[in-house]
Amino acid sequence: MALSIEEIKKLITSSIPDATIEIKDLVGDNNHYSAKITSQIFNGKSKIEQHKLVYKSLQGKMGNELHALSITTEGK
Amino acid sequence: MDTKEKLKEIINSNDVCLFMKGVPEAPQCGFSMSVSNILKHLNINFKGINVLEDESIRMGIKEYSDWPTIPQLYIKGEFVGGCDIVKEMFEKGELKSLLIDKNLI
Repeated sequence: MALSIEEIKKLITSSIPDATIEIKDLVGDNNHYSAKITSQIFNGKSKIEQHKLVYKSLQGKMGNELHALSITTEGK
Repeated sequence: MDTKEKLKEIINSNDVCLFMKGVPEAPQCGFSMSVSNILKHLNINFKGINVLEDESIRMGIKEYSDWPTIPQLYIKGEFVGGCDIVKEMFEKGELKSLLIDKNLI
């Protein structure tokens, strides 16, 4: 089952409240997204740690219901 | 040998290894293809491990790296990242610098 943009945003915001999130549905199939996420919690962290925080916010859905979400993270 | 030992062995005996879906000559997923193409573009010899051939490796590497997706790139025993990070590093020239630092270019 695919996740909607709103559901993804909600999940990310619930664990990263200050996140600014831009999500694009890349091919219009509710299954291939790209997300740009900016948050203060990324400051001073490695890219791997930053992406892990996003994956954690998605509560195990990444790699399962959510097949394709490419992530770009940035501190602010 | 349990899966974790097996993974350690693969990662430590290859300078550059890419856990991927499919093989470098015929990737079976766009993300795996991207990373494989980047490494080819940089003329890097790498070991491609097809996770589709072995479910224990497929699940095991996700746990080993604490990373939920494939592909996963390891350089000199260190986890570098998945497709997004590798692409970003490549675009910024950081991947090449890392490979130069590790004497692989």
